[in-house]
Amino acid sequence: MTSNHTRNPGAPLDLDWVMGAHVNKSAVERRTASLPKRRTVKKDWQAAWLLRAITCIDLTTLAGDDTPGRVHRLCAKAKQPLRPDMMERLGLNGERITVGAVCVYPNRVADAVHALQSSDIPVASVATGFPAGQTPLPQRIQEIEQAVEAGAKEIDVVIARNYVLTGDWQAMYDELQQFRKASGDAHMKTILATGDLGTLKQVYQASLVAMMAGSDFIKTSTGKESVNATLEVSLVMTRAIREYLERYGYKIGFKPAGGISSAKQAMAWQSLMKEELGDEWLKNDLFRFGASSLLTDIERQLYHYLTGHYAAKHHMPMG
Amino acid sequence: MSKILEIFNTMEYGPAPEAPDAVNAWLDEHGRKFGLFINNEWVTPKGAKFYPSYNPSNGELLAETTQAEKKDVDAALAAARIAFKSWSKTPGVTRARYLYAIARNLQKHHRLLAVLESMDNGKPIRESRDIDVPLLARHFYYYAGWAQLMETELRDYQPVGVVGQIIPWNFPLLMLAWKIAPAIAMGNTVVLKPASYTRLTALLFAEIVAEAGLPAGVVNVITGSSSAGSMIVEHPDVDKIAFTGSTDVGRILRKQTAGSGKKLSLELGGKSPFVVFDDADLDGAVEGVVDAIWFNQGQVCCAGSRLIVQENVAGKFIQKLKARMEHMRVGDPLDKSIDMGAIVDQSQWDTIDGWVKTGIAEGGECFQPNIALPEKGLFYKPTLITGLDPAAATVQEEIFGPVLVSLTFRTPSEAIELANNTRYGLAASVWSDNINLALDVASKIKAGSVWVNCTNQFDGASGFGGYRESGYGREGGREGLFEYLRPTWMDRPRPEFVLDEKKKWGEHVPTLPIQPTTARANGHSLPPIDRTPKMYIGGKQVRPDGAYTTTVLNAKGKIVGQVGDGNRKDIRDAVEAAHKARTSGWAMRHGYNRSQILYFIAENLDARNAEFVKRIVEMTGRTQKSAQAEVDASVERLFTYAAWADKYGGTVQETTLRGITVAVNEPVGVIGIACPDENPLLGFISLMAPAIARGNSVVMIPSQKYPLSAMDFYQVLDTSDVPGGVVNIVTGDRDHLTKTLVQHEDVDSVWYFGSAEGSYHVENESAANMKRTWTGYGLPRDWLDREQGEGHEFLHEATQVKNIWVPTGE
Repeated sequence: MTSNHTRNPGAPLDLDWVMGAHVNKSAVERRTASLPKRRTVKKDWQAAWLLRAITCIDLTTLAGDDTPGRVHRLCAKAKQPLRPDMMERLGLNGERITVGAVCVYPNRVADAVHALQSSDIPVASVATGFPAGQTPLPQRIQEIEQAVEAGAKEIDVVIARNYVLTGDWQAMYDELQQFRKASGDAHMKTILATGDLGTLKQVYQASLVAMMAGSDFIKTSTGKESVNATLEVSLVMTRAIREYLERYGYKIGFKPAGGISSAKQAMAWQSLMKEELGDEWLKNDLFRFGASSLLTDIERQLYHYLTGHYAAKHHMPMG
Repeated sequence: MSKILEIFNTMEYGPAPEAPDAVNAWLDEHGRKFGLFINNEWVTPKGAKFYPSYNPSNGELLAETTQAEKKDVDAALAAARIAFKSWSKTPGVTRARYLYAIARNLQKHHRLLAVLESMDNGKPIRESRDIDVPLLARHFYYYAGWAQLMETELRDYQPVGVVGQIIPWNFPLLMLAWKIAPAIAMGNTVVLKPASYTRLTALLFAEIVAEAGLPAGVVNVITGSSSAGSMIVEHPDVDKIAFTGSTDVGRILRKQTAGSGKKLSLELGGKSPFVVFDDADLDGAVEGVVDAIWFNQGQVCCAGSRLIVQENVAGKFIQKLKARMEHMRVGDPLDKSIDMGAIVDQSQWDTIDGWVKTGIAEGGECFQPNIALPEKGLFYKPTLITGLDPAAATVQEEIFGPVLVSLTFRTPSEAIELANNTRYGLAASVWSDNINLALDVASKIKAGSVWVNCTNQFDGASGFGGYRESGYGREGGREGLFEYLRPTWMDRPRPEFVLDEKKKWGEHVPTLPIQPTTARANGHSLPPIDRTPKMYIGGKQVRPDGAYTTTVLNAKGKIVGQVGDGNRKDIRDAVEAAHKARTSGWAMRHGYNRSQILYFIAENLDARNAEFVKRIVEMTGRTQKSAQAEVDASVERLFTYAAWADKYGGTVQETTLRGITVAVNEPVGVIGIACPDENPLLGFISLMAPAIARGNSVVMIPSQKYPLSAMDFYQVLDTSDVPGGVVNIVTGDRDHLTKTLVQHEDVDSVWYFGSAEGSYHVENESAANMKRTWTGYGLPRDWLDREQGEGHEFLHEATQVKNIWVPTGE
C-alpha cells in the first residue's frame, strides 16, 4: 500500500473529548436508512465504482483450516480479481487492477508473502489474540512482532473490549500505543469489534481513543462477532474520523468487515464514505472492505453490465 | 482513457434516472387533456377552457386540465350531495372495505403515482417514492380502520355532509390523502380541488379510486383556478371546508365562511423552529436540518426554517452544516441520486430569491454551497443565512423555499422564547440528548407537532395541525376525525340573519342607570343598601373603567339590580389578568389540583343554593322548580368538569416511529367566552368549567340580559381558592365586549353564544389573528341536557392537540 497521506502519529489521550461524545441512535439510523436510497450509481458509473471497490478489498481468509495451498489460491485471485476477457471488455487492458490486500492469520503470513512476491499487494495479518483479544499482553505484542517479521505490511489488531465496556479508556489507549510501537512501519488497523460493544456512543468513543493511540485505520469487526459491519456503526466511526481530522489534521482509514457480501452493499458503503468523508476515502489507502465473498458478487455484476446477462457463480474463477 | 477508467479515477456520481415511460403512456392515453372527475366519470364541459401543466424541472408541457366554472362546481357538489344520501347510510364496515381497497390500489400503482408526482411537482423521486406515496396509502389504511370502528367507537357522532377540500401544490397526493381519507371514512362525500400547479396526480388518484369501485359521487375532483375554489367555499350546499395552504388564503376562507354554519379546518403556514442544544448529537442534528429545510425544496409548511442553536456550539454546528451542504445534489427530480429537485413554478422561485436578497439586505450572511445546478429548469441552491436577528423580516416570515435562517441562544428559557417568537405554531424540532431538557422544551414550545431528535415525521396515526396563525383543526389520528363529524343531536347549523351593513357591529353607547324611584320615595321603610356594580378581574372586584352602569330588568320589566357597563379597557385588563394567571401556573397545575378547586366551587355554590335559585326566579320570572333545576345542574356540571380535570390529558399514538408519540391535549390559552341568555347560571358554568378544568384562563361575558347570577358567582369563586385571573368577569353589552375580545390579538379563542349575526361577526373578525372560534349561531341548545350541555365537544374546544415525537434507542 502506498499512501499519499502523512501517517497519524497519534495524540495525547483527551478524556474530556471522549466523555463529551453524543451519539443519538435514532438519528444515526435515519441517516443510514435514507442514504442508500438517496444515492445510487448505474451503468458505466456502477461498473467503475465496483471496479474501485475491488481495489479496496482486503481479500480475507481467517479459518482454522487455512493451509499454504488455500492461501496460494487466494493470492492468485488477489492478483487477478477479474477475468482477463472481462478486463478487456471493460477497456482495462494493461491496467493493474488488484485487491487492496490479502488478510490472513499470523501463521499464514509467510505463505501469503511468498505467493504475492511478484506483486505489490500487501499482506495484512490479524494479531493480538484475534478475534477475542483475551490473551496476555506480552503474547499479543509478540504476535504483532512476529507477523511484521514474517513480512506483514499491515496489522489488524483487536482491542480488549473489556476496556470499552468498563470505560477504562486509559488502559485501552496505553495498550494500543504499545501495539502501534510493535507494528513499526506496518500500518495498524484497529478492530473495535463493535458487535461486542454496548452502544453507538461507545463505538464513537472507542474510535476516538483508537485514533489518539495512533491507529492508521479503524475497523468495525473481526467477522467473528454475532453482528459485524453495519452502516450504523460505520456512520458513527466515519464521523469520528472526520472529527479527528478536523482536530489534528490526520486522515484515518476506515475498514468495515464482516457480512459485506453483495455489490449493492459495497456501493452503499462507498456512498457513505463519499458523503461523510469525501472522495479520498473511496481509495484503498483510506478505505478497505474486509470480505471474502464480496469479490465474486462484484464479478457477477460486472459480467451483467458487460453482457446484459445474469451471471453464474461457477463461471467466476475461485479465490 | 476508457470511460470506465475515467470514472474509476474521479468517482463521480452519474445519472440514475427513473423512467417516465409509464406516466407518459398514461398521459397519452388521455390525449394529454383532462376533464373533471365527477360521479366516477370524466366530464369535459362544453366550451371548457384548459390550463397547462408543466414539468418544472424542464419546462415541458405535461398535459392540459379543465378550468372548472360555476356550473361545473355546482354539478360536482350536486353529485356529492346525491352520493351523501347513500354513503352516509352505508355501514362503516362497508365503507372500511372501500377505503381498504383504495389503499391496496394505491400500493399497486405506487411507482406510477410517485413518478407522476415528481414530474408534476418537481420533488425528488426518492421523496415521492419513499415518503409521499407510502404515507398516502398508510393514511387510507389508518382511516379504513376508523370506518370499521365508527359505529361502536363514535356512536354519538354523525357525518358532516358534503365537504369541499382545497389542497396545496407542495404535497399534492399526501394532502389529498389527509383530506379525503378521514372524510369518506366518516361517511362524508367530497369535492376536492387540487392546486393549479399540481393537478395531475389528483386526477390519477380519482381514476384509481374509481377502479377500486368506490360508489359514484363520493369523491369528485375538479380542477380550476382559485375562483373555482371560492365557488366551492361559498356554495350554500357545502357543509364543511378543509383547506391547506397559505395563512393569507386561510384568512379569506375564514371570512368567506363566517356565519354560514359551515365547519372549517385550516392548515396554514409556519416558520418552525429547529432548536439545537449543546448536548445534542451535532452530526445527527445536521442531518436533521437537511430533512427539515431541504425536504421538498423547503416548500413545506412545517419546514424547520429557523435554526436556533446554542451559542457555545453555534460556530461548530454551522461549520458542520456548511460542509454537509457541499454534498447536496440538486437536479432532475427523476434522478434517484438527487436531494433536491425543482421549485414548483417561476413565481415561487422569484419569491424565494427575493427573500434571500432581503435577508442579505437585512445584514444576513448568505451561504450557498459550491455545487452544480442543471442549466435549465427551476432549481435553487440550498441556502443558509446567518447573522440575522429576530427583528429581521427574513426571520419572521415564511419563505417556503430551501432557505434556512439561524439564530443563537444562551439558555433553555431563551431558546423557548425565541422558538415561540413567531405568529405561527405548526411544528418544532428539539435536539438534545438530555431527556429532561428535551421534553421540557417540547412541552413549552407552542406548536402542533414537536419532534424530539428528529424532524418531519408523519404518520396516519398522529394528528397534524397548528397553533396560532398556523390554523386550526387536526389531520391524522383520532383527533383528525372530529373535523368530519358532528354530534348526533345537532343538525347542520343554518343560521339566519340579515346583515345590517349600515350599523357597525358591537357599537355601544353606555347606558344610563334608571333610578329605582319607587323604593326611595317611600319614606317609611329603609331604602335598600345600594350595591356598587363591579367587574371581577384578576381575582379582585374592580369598578368598571368607564364608570357607567347598566340596570338589569326582570322578565316583566321591573328593576332587579345593576351591573357595570364594561368597555374595551375592562376587556384589556381582563385579558392581561388572564395571561398573568396562565403564565403564573394555572396551566401547569396538575389535574388533581384543578379538580379539587372545581369541587370546592361546586361545594360553595351548593351552600348558597337557595340564594342562586331566588336570583334566577327574580331575574327570569321562571318557576322555582325550573330555577332549582338550573342550580342543581350547575353544581353537577362543576362535578363533571372536576372529573374531567384529570382525564383528558391525551393519548399515546401508535405511529410507525420506534419510540413514543404522545398526543397531549394542551390548554388553548386565554379564552373569551360570551355566554347565552338562556340559563344565566348554567350557561355560564357550562362554558367556564371545561375551559378552566383544562388549564385555560377565561374572560367571561355573562348573559347580557340576566347577568346577576354571574356576578353573585364571583363571590363563590373568591371563596373557592380559584387563583386570581383564572376567571375574569366583565359585564355589559355582549357584542361590544365580544368585539374587543375577538379583535384582541392575544386572545387565543373566542366562544360566542349570542345571536346568529354576532356569530358571523365573531368568525369574520377572528381572521385577523386566526384565533379559534366556537359559535352557537344563535341556535338553541338545551343546557340542561347532558348530551348538549357538556362533554367531549366542550373539552375539544378547550384544548389543542400537540403531538410530541420521541424516538428511542441507545
